[in-house]
Amino acid sequence: MLYAALILSEARMRPPIGLLEPLSAPNPHRLPSTVARDDEHLLVAAAKRGDLHAFEELVSRYEAKIFRLTMNITRNREDAEDAMQDAFLKSYAHLKDFQEDSRFYTWLVRIAANEALMRLRKRRPNQFSLDEPMEGDEDLMPRELEDWGPSPEQRFAQTEMHEILSEVIDKLEPDFRVVFTLRDIEELSTEETAKVLGISIPAVKSRLLRARLKLRQKLDRYFRRGDMN
Amino acid sequence: MNCKGIIREISDYLDGELELSAKQELERHLEDCEDCKMVVDQTRLAVDVFCDSKPIELPADVKFRLHDALRRKLSARAD
Repeated sequence: MLYAALILSEARMRPPIGLLEPLSAPNPHRLPSTVARDDEHLLVAAAKRGDLHAFEELVSRYEAKIFRLTMNITRNREDAEDAMQDAFLKSYAHLKDFQEDSRFYTWLVRIAANEALMRLRKRRPNQFSLDEPMEGDEDLMPRELEDWGPSPEQRFAQTEMHEILSEVIDKLEPDFRVVFTLRDIEELSTEETAKVLGISIPAVKSRLLRARLKLRQKLDRYFRRGDMN
Repeated sequence: MNCKGIIREISDYLDGELELSAKQELERHLEDCEDCKMVVDQTRLAVDVFCDSKPIELPADVKFRLHDALRRKLSARAD
């Protein structure tokens, strides 16, 4: 709470954004953005009152995660950047509508996912459907199983693992990739995912099952014990 | 429950959404079927490596453009 109080008291004393240092000025005391901190509601309340520095802090906390989300959905850097930027702008413009019955980040994810989906549909109109994919159960049956050996997370350096995951998710069809991103990476509920995508709950579940099995299959060539150095 | 049935239920099983009787039936199958057990374990691990992966820091050029755009547009709105 002391951290929150410091940020807010400091924010109140500063002139409006743009008149001082750039928004990207490094802050050595910033905590990891993946941690939801107790002061989030204070920052949101301050941002609602028009405190741009409080909003800046929210942006800095979540920009990396939101960019990962928009990249995972669009798989196009330009679209991902535009979607992220518009998501933050829209979230600021509509902050007064945020009811605070959920986490600010979850609300932001919904906005960013919609921005990214809009761009995905525009660029590849036939690749994200509202309908159930026409695949039989036969496609789900894994073939040529092999033990993966010790924990892959210990076998690969973080950078290498990022490259593997990026390559693997890139090859997943958009229908499955989007559901997997929202449901498993962003941890939206099945209901929230269905609402964001405008598809039924059974469709979310079906796509999630296929996405997970396909990712297992695609990761197999990297993780199987036979390929260990 | 046969192997095909297990595969169909993997997601609900991993999410803890299977009814108790179905869960017990699935787990009995896994005790005897190494292939299905491997698929379940590897699918769980596949999900975990994505969930556990931390986002990489925003590339410097992307970060600059984002903050520059926000600074311009939000300052203009505040005036």
